[in-house]
Amino acid sequence: MNALRRNVLKGAAGAGTVAIAVAAGLLKPTQAMAAWNKSAFEAKNVGDAMKGLGVAGPADSKEITIKAPDIAENGAVVPVEVTSSIAGTTSIAILAEKNATPLVGTYNMAGGTQGYISTRIKMGQTSLVRAVVNAGGKSYTAAKEVKVTIGGCGG
Amino acid sequence: MAEPMRIRATMAGDVADVKVLMNHPMETGLRKDAKTGQLVPAHFIQDVTATINGAAVLNADFGTGISKNPYLGFKVKGPKKGDKVVVNWVDNKGDKNSAEATIG
Repeated sequence: MNALRRNVLKGAAGAGTVAIAVAAGLLKPTQAMAAWNKSAFEAKNVGDAMKGLGVAGPADSKEITIKAPDIAENGAVVPVEVTSSIAGTTSIAILAEKNATPLVGTYNMAGGTQGYISTRIKMGQTSLVRAVVNAGGKSYTAAKEVKVTIGGCGG
Repeated sequence: MAEPMRIRATMAGDVADVKVLMNHPMETGLRKDAKTGQLVPAHFIQDVTATINGAAVLNADFGTGISKNPYLGFKVKGPKKGDKVVVNWVDNKGDKNSAEATIG
C-alpha cells in the first residue's frame, strides 16, 4: 500500500515537472524570437502557422489596418502596410493565407517602435492577407483580400 | 552576396520613419530553373534586426513569402536627428549584411 502511494506521489511530481517544462517551452517563441521560428514558417496552412506562433483564437480587431491593393497584377511584389493602433503592440505577423507556406514575416517591436510595418510580399494566388498582432499578452487579427492576376511563387 | 543595402531615415515630428531596401534574391526553394528544370534551392533572409544608437527597435523574421530585394518600413517614436540607425540581416545560408544611416 505504502509503495503504491509512493509511486503515485512520484508520478504526480513527474507530471508537475513536465508541465513546468511545457510552460517554459511555450514561453520560448515569444521570448527568444532571435531564433528563426522554423515550425511556424514552414507550416503549410494557416492553422499550423498560428500554432507555431503560439497564437490561439485571436480576436478580430478594427484597430488593425491593412493597406494592400485590391487587385495585384504581379503576385511577386504585393505592397502591404499593416498599422495597429492597439496600445502596447509588441509584435505583428503577416500571413498570405493561400501561399504554400502562409507565414510571410514576423516583426517584434521594442523601445518606441510603433505598430506599423510596411513591406512587399509574394502571393501565389488570390487570398486573404492576414495580420496577427500581439498586444499586452493578447492576440488580435484582421484580414484583407487581395486578388492576384499572376502568381508570384514561380513553379 | 554582400550587396549594398540602402537605409533612409527621416524625422516626421517625433517619429522616425525608417525605410530599408535590402538586396537579396529571396529564393523560395519552389521555383524551377527555366533552363535546367531543376528546383532552385531556397535562399532567403531569415532574420533582420534594427537598432537606433545601439538600442534594439525591431527584430523581424522573414519567411520565403517576402519579395525579392526586400523592402521594410517601420516607425520609431523618440529618436532625434543625427541618431544612428543600424540594420543587420542574416540569411538561411549564413550570409550577413549590415548597413547604417543617420536620421535626417
